[in-house]
Amino acid sequence: MEIPRHWRLKQQRYALVGEVCPHCEGKIFPPRDVCPHCSGEAKTPYAFSGRGEVYSYTRISDGPAGFEESAPYTIALVKLEEGPLVTAQLTDLGGQPVDIGMPVEMVTRRIRSDGDERGMIVYGYKFRPVMAAQA
Amino acid sequence: MESTNASTANFPGLLKPARPVGFTGYGAYVPRYRLPNSEVARIWTDAKGGPVKEKAVTGPDEDVITMSIEAARNAIARAGISPLLLRAVWIGSESHPYAVKPSSTVVAEAIGASPHIQAADLEFACKAGTEAIVAAIGLVGSGMADYAMGIGMDTAQGKPADALEYTAGCGGAAYIIGPAEDALCLIESTYSYVTDTPDFWRRAEQKYPEHGQRFTGDPAYFKHILAAAETMMEASGTKASDYQYAVFHQPNPKFPQRAAATLGFKPEQISTGLLVPVIGNTYAGAAIIGLTAVLDVAQPGDRILMVSYGSGAGSDAFSLVVTDKILERRDRATKTADYIARRTPIDYGNYVRYRGKLALR
Repeated sequence: MEIPRHWRLKQQRYALVGEVCPHCEGKIFPPRDVCPHCSGEAKTPYAFSGRGEVYSYTRISDGPAGFEESAPYTIALVKLEEGPLVTAQLTDLGGQPVDIGMPVEMVTRRIRSDGDERGMIVYGYKFRPVMAAQA
Repeated sequence: MESTNASTANFPGLLKPARPVGFTGYGAYVPRYRLPNSEVARIWTDAKGGPVKEKAVTGPDEDVITMSIEAARNAIARAGISPLLLRAVWIGSESHPYAVKPSSTVVAEAIGASPHIQAADLEFACKAGTEAIVAAIGLVGSGMADYAMGIGMDTAQGKPADALEYTAGCGGAAYIIGPAEDALCLIESTYSYVTDTPDFWRRAEQKYPEHGQRFTGDPAYFKHILAAAETMMEASGTKASDYQYAVFHQPNPKFPQRAAATLGFKPEQISTGLLVPVIGNTYAGAAIIGLTAVLDVAQPGDRILMVSYGSGAGSDAFSLVVTDKILERRDRATKTADYIARRTPIDYGNYVRYRGKLALR
């Protein structure tokens, strides 16, 4: 049971809220209060756009504890438009192949249940192929 | 049918807010997957199809909370306001993920509207979404708030092999109600008609709903839809030809078509908002996602009649007029037709898995 952790991380997980460095303008995700670029203190919240591209990916067919029922699924390193690299599941692939460089966008989805079906539902970011608008 | 309309002596009048209000933003959501009716028929009958072509189905990581978050983000993008200006987030659904723990707090947190808000989950079968909107009209129309959000969203439950399994779909819409001067669509008035009618229910802790013998059609859907629509039209001095579009709750294609014809609407007035053939019945989302499809194409000055229906039972009628702000705002978010066009058909096996109908332990 990790209820305090889920609660503490809700803003970054639900809405991809990280930080921006007031000294060098570097965008930081996940938030860590110290800028990895200039080592200055960085506590200003910053909501990422959610747009990015697939930097690398792999297919999970044997999921770890809590993810057994999700497998098979694809997990990716996503290079956000603003710079940081985040690890997340890809979703809504609908059988479409994944390519490095594929444009993706953040969506908030169910990640897993904390424990069994009596536990709290953990929501967080995943990425899906960018939706093409009709002409 | 007993007389129910505005000519009745004790008719109290339409609901009109003290301060004029309208929709300042709207957003739809339809999940990617589709279960064709032919798949349901293949498993359970010798027939080739059912009442609709296919229904929208959530992926395994979606529910009313995640779908509401996306629709709400679309609504905020169209409204062009900070989510901190919202004073309420109300979600109507009959498939909230928790029995106890509000969907609305998770959605409000995800869209950045917390913490200075009203938040609650509503349940009134398929009418809960429009009830949330009427409540938001009251909050904004009284001057207590400038902006409030009403959402109707469902992952409808259909018992395997039941007639509802062909149509019980997933999806819905979010609306931001705000002052009329900022509205892309004015809400002139609403009128609701509610009685205790035993047509459809789901008891606590039951997985699937039950139908009340032969209550579904005339004593339930048609009585309430027609009473609400006729009263709205009579009290506002309008007739069917005054509306460019009409949207009715759509549990199947036939019911809204018959209701529209009875009220004097032509098929072309309801075709734009009639989505049930391609996404199924999205319950609390059904009427209001039909309206998002209409707003995606309507022109300033167009008049729209929307009438929801929820079992148990009741209907909310809305008289709406599109403003010129629609032209600059509707392209700011994904349109309903784009969500419908993004479709991946699945077979019955994947449907059973995605919708959690398999007991894995």
